[in-house]
Amino acid sequence: MTQSVDKHASASLHINNVSMSFKLPDGSSTDALKDISINLREGELLSILGPSGCGKTTLLNIIAGFLSPTKGSVSLNNHLVTGPSAERGMVFQQGALFEWMNVRKNIGFGPSMQNTPSEIIKQRVDHLLKTVGLHGFGEKNVYELSGGMQQRVSLARCLANDPDVILMDEPLGALDALTREKMQGLILKLWKETGKTIILITHSVEEALLLGERLIVMAPRPGRVHKEYQLPFAEQAITTDIREVKKQTDFTKTREEILSMIWEMEEEIMGRKA
Amino acid sequence: MLILSLYIACFILLLLIYKFVIKNFTTKGKEKKITTITFGDESAVKPNRTASILSILTLFFIWCAFTGSNLSPIHAPGPFTGDTTFTYTAKNIENKIDTAQVFIRVNPTDNPLTRPSPANNNKNDFTTNDTAQTSVYRSVLIRVKNNDSGAKDKAYVITEINNQAIQAKQTIQVDNGEVSLSSKGSLFFTPDKGWQMEPIWLPAPEAVLTRLLEIAKDGYQNVGLFENIGWSLLRVIAGFLLGCIVGIPLGYAMGLSSWFRGWFDPIVEFMRPIPPLALIPLVIIWFGIWESGKISLLFLAALWIMTIAARAGVSGVNISKIHAAYSLGASKLQILTHVIIPNSLPEIFTGARVAMGVCWGTVVAAELVAAEKGAGKMIIAASKFQQTDIVIMGIILIGLIGYTIDMLMRVAEKTLVPWKGKS
Repeated sequence: MTQSVDKHASASLHINNVSMSFKLPDGSSTDALKDISINLREGELLSILGPSGCGKTTLLNIIAGFLSPTKGSVSLNNHLVTGPSAERGMVFQQGALFEWMNVRKNIGFGPSMQNTPSEIIKQRVDHLLKTVGLHGFGEKNVYELSGGMQQRVSLARCLANDPDVILMDEPLGALDALTREKMQGLILKLWKETGKTIILITHSVEEALLLGERLIVMAPRPGRVHKEYQLPFAEQAITTDIREVKKQTDFTKTREEILSMIWEMEEEIMGRKA
Repeated sequence: MLILSLYIACFILLLLIYKFVIKNFTTKGKEKKITTITFGDESAVKPNRTASILSILTLFFIWCAFTGSNLSPIHAPGPFTGDTTFTYTAKNIENKIDTAQVFIRVNPTDNPLTRPSPANNNKNDFTTNDTAQTSVYRSVLIRVKNNDSGAKDKAYVITEINNQAIQAKQTIQVDNGEVSLSSKGSLFFTPDKGWQMEPIWLPAPEAVLTRLLEIAKDGYQNVGLFENIGWSLLRVIAGFLLGCIVGIPLGYAMGLSSWFRGWFDPIVEFMRPIPPLALIPLVIIWFGIWESGKISLLFLAALWIMTIAARAGVSGVNISKIHAAYSLGASKLQILTHVIIPNSLPEIFTGARVAMGVCWGTVVAAELVAAEKGAGKMIIAASKFQQTDIVIMGIILIGLIGYTIDMLMRVAEKTLVPWKGKS
């Protein structure tokens, strides 16, 4: 991305003591998140993992600015996050593309909302189509594409806006295992090429290990940071084959460790319920 | 009952013939089917166009057969026409018994009425042969006493018809009809009606077609056919467009703002279940019976449907799309114009199809109540003169136009909202 040079190449994101509590219909309140503090340096790739209901999507929505936390704050490049903005792009699991626009218009949506001249949009979209491997698909309708290709469009659409931070909410959750592995490679490639700060939420342990320089395991009730890992696999996977990386004993050992951690959490929840 | 059984018989027979033909005479029946299981798989059920065509032909055939139409070679037995006769036996004051014959001619409707020739008018004893004429479906009073001697006596009574004993208020079957004796001692002959419909109930297809051509050329009651239909269409389009212009923005507002939703929810939910026809009296009182009244009625008919469709269109938008648009830097106005409105188009089209159907039905009903010109006015006027052919013609035209409108809406939907059902 040549455009990113003149702006911040990427940016530092600070999550300071964020808590979120929701009011329940019976009047009591529940803590979805409690005292979460995470600092991201520029260009960091962070994956967040946790059992369902641990508040990872809530956290992402707070960072995106769709929700405002009951306590604490999020700041990007030393200014507070108060609402959604183009500097924090988001990639969703599914169904976030605009069916009434073709692939090209979907990708160019962000820039065209800023009244960017159409020549520039066209150049940028052409470049992105190549980057995500959709060369020649620009005039297709998005509903004609397969799930994997649709997610490629989502990634390209997010990148077209040249955001400082990219938030991914289980972007590969709806894909089949084979497509998923390919897309993991694509995300790593994009991360390396663009140098963006990326936060990725997933419920797949393998994916979290692969797509995180740093991995945060969250625990539920209240949602909190349970454990943090620094991982070498993302860097390795850029130079070597993803499947080889996943075969390493280090990788499998960590995977088993995290899996049993999550199992314990789940059992604890079930036990508490019973 | 007979017609229903015939219809069911046609249904079963044609189904069996179709299966037989497909199995034995076409390659389609011999091809291996791609799916082995189709029963219960709704997507495998497509309307069989042969069945559709046969269905229409069957209805048309039954219509032809029971109206004596020239278009069908087979007919249900028609009403009796021609000459027939029966005998009656009377007893006079002297207890003498004598028999005479009655000759009756039943004339087809389109022939001039003629009496049978006074056949063999032999004077037996005191009774004399009679003649009478009538036309199909019409019974006739036979004045046998007029030429019988001694018939003015109270003791003179008719005792037998065709040598079968008869009493007052009794009916006896004779050839080609039935004879009844009234309480005052006079004879009525009713010719056989057959199985066919009287034209006043159901005219033959060609009669309807002739009438259509005639009215298309000369108009009905000084108003041309296309003028009548044009007025109805004009009202529908005016009412529908007004309903859209007000209803769609209102629906969007209700989908986007809690205050609008709260304010208009009771009104919309209250008005929605009221059939537009129930509003006709009030609308006439408020707006009069002329165009303003009818267009207001159609406006009300379309308004709630379009409001609810637009509201559903807004609430049907996937929140991910809205979030994506926000995080791509779109403003509220841009989200409305680039995301919410296009996303709601499929719902709006569904609503528009429903609204058009309701409007078309309502305009005909409104014209039945009061109108100078219009498709509904034409058929209500015709019904007052028992011109059933015009009524039937009007009904068929109304149905065809309604169907055409819906087809056009579907085509528009396909071209304008190709992504419907594919997200």
